[in-house]
Amino acid sequence: MAEYKRASSILSTPSGFCPGCMHSTAIKIIAEAVDAVGQSETAMHILPVGCSTLNLAYWKGDMIGAAHGRASAVATGFKRCAPDRLVFAYQGDGDLAAIGLAEIMSAANRGENFTVIFANNQTYGMTGGQMAPTTLVGQKTTTCREGRNPESMGYPLKMCELISNLEAPYFVARYALNTPKGVIDARKGITKAFKYQLEGKGFTFIELLTNCPTNWKLSPLATIDYMNSNTIPYFVPGVYKDKGAQL
Amino acid sequence: MAKILMKGCEAVAEAAVRGGCRFFAGYPITPQNEIPEYLSWRLPEVGGAFVQGESEVASISMVYGASAGGTRAMTSSSGPGISLKAEGISYLSSTKLPAFIVNVSRGGPGLGSIQPAQQDYLQATKAMGHGGFRLMVFAPATVQEAVDIAYDAFEYAERDRNPVLMLMDGCLGAIMETVELPPMKDITGKETAAWNVKRYPGEKRSPRALTPVYPEMFLEYENKQRAKMYEAWQKNDVKVEEFMLGDAEYVVAAYGITARLAKEAILRLRAEGFRVGMIRPITLYPFPKKSFDGLDYSLVKGIIDIELAIPAQMRDDIALEVKDRAPIYEFGHSGGILMNDEDTYAQIKKIVTGGDK
Repeated sequence: MAEYKRASSILSTPSGFCPGCMHSTAIKIIAEAVDAVGQSETAMHILPVGCSTLNLAYWKGDMIGAAHGRASAVATGFKRCAPDRLVFAYQGDGDLAAIGLAEIMSAANRGENFTVIFANNQTYGMTGGQMAPTTLVGQKTTTCREGRNPESMGYPLKMCELISNLEAPYFVARYALNTPKGVIDARKGITKAFKYQLEGKGFTFIELLTNCPTNWKLSPLATIDYMNSNTIPYFVPGVYKDKGAQL
Repeated sequence: MAKILMKGCEAVAEAAVRGGCRFFAGYPITPQNEIPEYLSWRLPEVGGAFVQGESEVASISMVYGASAGGTRAMTSSSGPGISLKAEGISYLSSTKLPAFIVNVSRGGPGLGSIQPAQQDYLQATKAMGHGGFRLMVFAPATVQEAVDIAYDAFEYAERDRNPVLMLMDGCLGAIMETVELPPMKDITGKETAAWNVKRYPGEKRSPRALTPVYPEMFLEYENKQRAKMYEAWQKNDVKVEEFMLGDAEYVVAAYGITARLAKEAILRLRAEGFRVGMIRPITLYPFPKKSFDGLDYSLVKGIIDIELAIPAQMRDDIALEVKDRAPIYEFGHSGGILMNDEDTYAQIKKIVTGGDK
């Protein structure tokens, strides 16, 4: 039987994320992927603004905290000057798909050689559950109490679909973290993205469908069902682009 | 060393490279486009990197990322773009990262005009972003002075672990003058800088987190440290040109291109027997307080503040030191209009001869 070890980039500190939040799962599999490519000593983790800023307390490795939405720009500056480092940004949906939309699309379009891991839980968790660019139609938040109405609020942004339409990105995939299989696939996907980056292939993008029990006002278990019946049908998991597989 | 003829913006770009700059990110805006254009081909020649960012907001964050990895990094822009960079400049100051920022200033507010102006003084010296931090602000009056400032900007930025701003008006960016370029600095070994969060293979140290978010007690401590740094600047780093002050009855206060116009006018007025001198701040922050406070007010009949800003913006800093011991007159233009040497001479003469009263 294989020995199960804590990934070397994860501190033993108990997680301060809300009970049932999938951020801790996401961070764990990222750390495992960093180990899988043997980069735990020198990997650079770019932090966003939002709940995932809390990674500061759980991540054992070098980190740069970016301004809200600017993680891809900070990663660009760092990686251009340190092309041999494994660099990844971990961003939430408000950070990446609203205030950081220009930065993510432009970094992707330039084919910057780093990985962006996008945690999509369809809300602003840290600030208390406001409508995110990814909030589903009809989903209730503190700034759309009757549910997201597309007539005035538009439709949830599908980032994998947008980014995979660009020429430069090398690997674009979406995974849902509400099943063990989804978690295992996601870890494989992140590992693949990291490998591509280390080979200098260019921009890689991983979207992780996650939850927010606190702001969805659902029990952790109920969020799993909610994702199956609401999130996953709209944000369809899968590999959207893999230039490596086309070869 | 041989002197060569160079355009202001290009000379600044070359001086920054020679001063160790190895990363630039910026966004096109007039009148500073020659800086990114020059660096787009020049930086790769010296093993550096150039990125044309999608915005000024992104560009300053790219500078932040580059600096966090121990690379000497700079950006440039003009008023509207500098406003957009305010976010990142505040983050640089917050995380104590060195960087060099150039504002080739134009008329404002808003999109304003693309012609030279000095309307960003207050922004540069009082509030270059949210949170109440300060930068050292240099204001050159010649292309050579701009070169010298750009060459040494990283020394100040790294000494203080704080961004440095050079505020030059559009005239200086656009004019060609002869300059002597300094030699290329040796920047090897800089990678061990304390703010560099980049780990080297085999390097044994605790992980570093560069974070713009602080626990409140620590943030207050850091702000107190900053306050001490600003006091030290006032004590040690003021740069000022005092011109013909000894017997001056009227003292012109001007920086940048207006100071050059004023100097010509002062020489003409001196030849006519008028006792006029000038205080030209080279550092706008720290402001040369002592130069104004220490004037002989039994002699000085007035201060004449000349700026390409209406209302004049440096006037408040002057007034704090003059302390009502002499009247302060102001004149100038705004919005991108530049006075000529004849206007400047005539305006000063009018004040000196009491013609404005």
